[in-house]
Amino acid sequence: MLKFSTEKPIYIQIVDLVQARIIMGHYPPESKLPSVRDFAVELGVNPNTVQRALVTLEQGGFVKCAGTAGRFVTGDRELIEKAREKMVCEKALDFATCMKQCGCGTEEAIKAVRRYMEGTGEPQCQ
Amino acid sequence: MSMMLLECRNLSKTYGQAAGNALNNVNLGLTRGKIIGLLGPNGSGKTTLIKLINGLLAPTAGEVLINGKAPGPESKMAISYLPDKTYLADWMRVEQILDFFVDFYADFDKARAMDMLHSLQINPNLVFKTLSKGTQEKVQLVLVMSRRAQLYLLDEPIGGVDPAARDFILRTIITNYSSDATIIIATHLIADVESILDEVIFINRGHIVAYDNVDNIRASRGQSVDEMFREVFAC
Repeated sequence: MLKFSTEKPIYIQIVDLVQARIIMGHYPPESKLPSVRDFAVELGVNPNTVQRALVTLEQGGFVKCAGTAGRFVTGDRELIEKAREKMVCEKALDFATCMKQCGCGTEEAIKAVRRYMEGTGEPQCQ
Repeated sequence: MSMMLLECRNLSKTYGQAAGNALNNVNLGLTRGKIIGLLGPNGSGKTTLIKLINGLLAPTAGEVLINGKAPGPESKMAISYLPDKTYLADWMRVEQILDFFVDFYADFDKARAMDMLHSLQINPNLVFKTLSKGTQEKVQLVLVMSRRAQLYLLDEPIGGVDPAARDFILRTIITNYSSDATIIIATHLIADVESILDEVIFINRGHIVAYDNVDNIRASRGQSVDEMFREVFAC
């Protein structure tokens, strides 16, 4: 079961999760999404909560409802790409904020992240 | 079906004058397709409310209606009840108890029950009283969730089982409930059940102090139901 944070409504956390999986290609464009019940069991939440999350994703255009055939990921790759860029921005902001708090300059922060981006990164942080 | 599944109107219950009111003028209307937490500290009236709904207690004042009717044979067919104490004949083997339920309830699905026992690795040939307390609780939950009822009343369903079994039980509840049924879960283990609830009823000293949607609580208060409970019922 997924651990949810306490301050946000659970359905919004599910929206974020499914959206992240779409961005990461875990659910490719136009692929069929798991059913409400499958999500409910996987995440350990009420099916009504999943339903609400999926309807919210539909309103955002990420998900299409095909009646009894279930729900599918959008074929609109531009929309997914935009969401990906937004996610990159948000994570970069988090990272930058954290680096500043650690007293890091730009060069040091870039050096630190490069080590992991380029795949040579053994976790060296102690 | 626009009719309320469950309605309580000015419902009160007193266990003799010295004890005061166990329930005080409760008004509630519950619809179908919800998983609802009945949350309150010890002695707040949770079990009293549940027993009034299934007709084990008679109201001192007011009324309870299930599908518009007072508790009776019809409501007992519609309600599947998990009591807070064992009432099963403990000399029976687990499978005999299942057959007992087949005889009693037309909506009891034995195949489903056997399936759940298998998932929980409970041998149906064992005698009930030889089982551990936690396993006995699991068997009782299996019995209750194997009925195709309209209203499930679960009084402390996860109190005595380990955390791994808790997850299994919550999953069992999610997978086995149909969208035209409602489940009421009375518990004080809020953090464990919170993610599966649609709505919560907070009860204290016989009064309903809050009845709201879980996502509304998180959105408007910026805190989980568990945190809200600790705040509302701080000692």
